Amino acid sequence: MTAAPARPRPASRRPSAADPAGRRRAPRGVRALSALQSTALVAIALVALVPLAAILVATFQSGADIMRGGITLAVDPATLRLDNWTMLFTDSGPYFRWFANSLGVTVVQVAGTLLVSSFVAYGFAMYDFRGRTPLFIAVLAIMAVPFEMVMLPLYVQVNEMGLADTYAVIVIPFLAAAVTIFFFRQYFLGVPKEILEAGRVDGVTEFGIFFRLVLPIARPAIAAMAILNGMMCWNNLLWPLLVLRSSEKFTLPIGLNTLITPYANNYGLLIVGSFFSLVPILVLFLAFQRFFVEGMTAGAVKG
Amino acid sequence: MRRLLYSQRLAPYLFILPFVATLALFWIIPVARSVVMSTQEVLYGQTTSVGLDNYARLWNDSVFWTAMFNSARYMVLSLALLIPIPMLLAAVVNSRIGSPRVKAFFKASLFVPALTSVVVAGLVFRLMFSESENAVMNQVLQLVGLGPVRWLREDLTGLVALLALAVWRWTGVNTMYFIAGMQSIPEEYYEAASLDGANKRQQFLRITVPNLRPTIVYVTTISVYGGLAMFLESFMLYGGNASPNNQGLTVVGYLYRRGIEQNDLGFASAVGIVLLVVVMAINITQLTLSGTFRKEHVR
Repeated sequence: MTAAPARPRPASRRPSAADPAGRRRAPRGVRALSALQSTALVAIALVALVPLAAILVATFQSGADIMRGGITLAVDPATLRLDNWTMLFTDSGPYFRWFANSLGVTVVQVAGTLLVSSFVAYGFAMYDFRGRTPLFIAVLAIMAVPFEMVMLPLYVQVNEMGLADTYAVIVIPFLAAAVTIFFFRQYFLGVPKEILEAGRVDGVTEFGIFFRLVLPIARPAIAAMAILNGMMCWNNLLWPLLVLRSSEKFTLPIGLNTLITPYANNYGLLIVGSFFSLVPILVLFLAFQRFFVEGMTAGAVKG
Repeated sequence: MRRLLYSQRLAPYLFILPFVATLALFWIIPVARSVVMSTQEVLYGQTTSVGLDNYARLWNDSVFWTAMFNSARYMVLSLALLIPIPMLLAAVVNSRIGSPRVKAFFKASLFVPALTSVVVAGLVFRLMFSESENAVMNQVLQLVGLGPVRWLREDLTGLVALLALAVWRWTGVNTMYFIAGMQSIPEEYYEAASLDGANKRQQFLRITVPNLRPTIVYVTTISVYGGLAMFLESFMLYGGNASPNNQGLTVVGYLYRRGIEQNDLGFASAVGIVLLVVVMAINITQLTLSGTFRKEHVR
């Protein structure tokens, strides 16, 4: 989409044939504009990275200093120490337990959501049945209603059923996820119907067609949704915060949240633990950037 | 059993069954329950019907109005920032000039903040906007000769910090939405316009913006609900649900305070229902005005 700066523009996009001076000057103007644009973009990009750079630097400072003085850019290199990192890997209490919990919940939830949501989406995309339109409108409506609306009654319900403090309650309500259903439906609409017919002729069941013929060719959609759900799940705070009670079951965001106390002794671990919690997602992002962008902007796909 | 697996008439219902169950169990029943609870006083498991008392209390509750004002203010300002700025950035990235390498770096850097959890983002911004004169934001102010500001202690500067957090986290994602939208606009439109002598600015306003309408509608819809339902950003920034004069309290924050912290479920349900009605009303108005329903209907 983007062209190298030196590439001449197609004739039709030149200002006007009747203005030879303008045409001659254009390349120099374009070069200057291009340099200006690059400078501005790099500057904005660097500003966007400041908070992450700031917390990285802060992991090498004493927690008490951070708590008192906030995060600072003017750091005396002589004061930087590895203490927090040493603590993280030798004496961080339940940190890695939380980390493992988050990892486990994320893997299970992502796998479950992909399976259930693609299953549902296939029904919406491939069949004509009574009630399809109102139900699909319900999918769209859920995309526009914040979860915060149902969080309180759901919380009451969970408590009454004695299901508080279980992972099942964190995972199950979100297996048929509206955005993920919507995205898979769009993808399945583009799958040629001949595949279904061929499967039927060969005596494959309707579900066999989905699992054995259609799902395997939906890999790009699966990748995008795996990333989106994985990220949301890894960072999920509100609902797990309401449901989980015991420290040994906490996921990483809740665990980190409990470290935010008025006592400076936790601050070193809080900072380094917060930074370390970004590592898995940053590594995934660098490896699969395209799928991240596709997944995050999934809702805007036009139907 | 065999017939069931092969039936094309029954299969769709089995496929969508998980969604129907989710819809009923985790959306319709809770919302219905919320409506019922909002007309009750729920104390120690004892429920008494109180009619519309909770709503009357709500109407006369100044803290609720503070929370409503804070949420509405945040929604409007975040819309005002997070639609035009990403649109302009997308236009710049999408333009023909400039280095693709720089643009790729730009896109990745702007996207990274969206990957951070609200716990980490809130913590970092809390510490950058610390009132200490050595904290990042006060150091920046010092560069231009301004004195240290007690950011999170004052209403207006606290709002600045909150909006900075929102802009930091979501500019990249919204920019991606607009880039995707712009790439679906046919190149011929621009060629025709430049033949007619339209300059870049005119092309942006007359071609790009109108053709981006679906993207704008989508981003507006999610930002309206995201803005009005915002809670955790403020919660993490202020290090809890308490802030000076409730300046950081949002509607969902108030729902959380009354329902979860104070266990006043009837009153909190009323807060939730009011919020739901407001979000739906704004989005339905917005979608009607932008003609989205009309188009869907024709199709």
